[in-house]
Amino acid sequence: MSAQEYAFVVLALVGTVAAFRLVTARNVVHAALYLVVTLAMVGGVYLILAAEFVAWVQILIYVGAIVILFLFGLMLTKAPIGREALDNQQRGIALLVGLGVLAGLVFLIQNAFHWSDPKIQPIHVTTGALGESLFRQYVLPFEAVSFLLLAALIGAIVLSRKDERS
Amino acid sequence: MLSEYLPIVVLAALALAFAVASLVVSSLLRPHRPTPAKLAPYECGIEPQRLPKGERFPVKFYVLAMLFIVFDVETIFLFPWAVGFRRLGLFGLVEMVVFIGLVFVAYLYVWREGGLDWNEPVRRSGEREQVGEALRAG
Repeated sequence: MSAQEYAFVVLALVGTVAAFRLVTARNVVHAALYLVVTLAMVGGVYLILAAEFVAWVQILIYVGAIVILFLFGLMLTKAPIGREALDNQQRGIALLVGLGVLAGLVFLIQNAFHWSDPKIQPIHVTTGALGESLFRQYVLPFEAVSFLLLAALIGAIVLSRKDERS
Repeated sequence: MLSEYLPIVVLAALALAFAVASLVVSSLLRPHRPTPAKLAPYECGIEPQRLPKGERFPVKFYVLAMLFIVFDVETIFLFPWAVGFRRLGLFGLVEMVVFIGLVFVAYLYVWREGGLDWNEPVRRSGEREQVGEALRAG
């Protein structure tokens, strides 16, 4: 095994254990902190695949911003924060759905590589090359992102206003 | 490229080892005599207060986090653009101006609606106060 494969095994192991603890943790704030570990490990996997920019975007956006949003969301809801246990009764169904998604993804990925061991050499893409392809070939999707951001901002304001009035 | 990250990995491993070693060694050496006061969270010497049951944080925190994410995502797109700026030329500049312009419209909307004010927005404050009075009266 190469150094990359060893690194992947460590990252995948830590990420999987954290993901498992995330869904079994009884304290929602702990669950959010486990989510940080899982997302950071996904960022590490991007780094192994030589997708440097994507890896740091993963860290900045997901670990830095999305988890903060989750934590604020937890504070807003009446979900018990602290020592009260939080549990729900849908573990069986959740397990079924999770296994179904896993099976589907394994099938799709294996099918994409014709059920053989893929020999992939990660191609190191520089951020400049990424920017060039983003701003040359994917102009329309990129501008669509700004509409999405516009909609997200207006949605956030409208939703919070409604919340204040009711 | 990956070998450049080796010092970071080594630093992370050393930091983790130091943290774990400190916790293990101190748990072996220290006396263990817990009292409720010792186990309470330390908040600068002030007795920690919990939010009353049923009390919720203001929704402003959530709006602020949403705004942060939106502008975070906007800033992320500036990185690859800035790195490839010379090769992209005028076309890239126009593209980015359109992009930032659209998000700027959203920014103006948020500003006008008072999403950036921490206290109650100035605009339509009279109406809001009436609603507030009505709520307090009812």
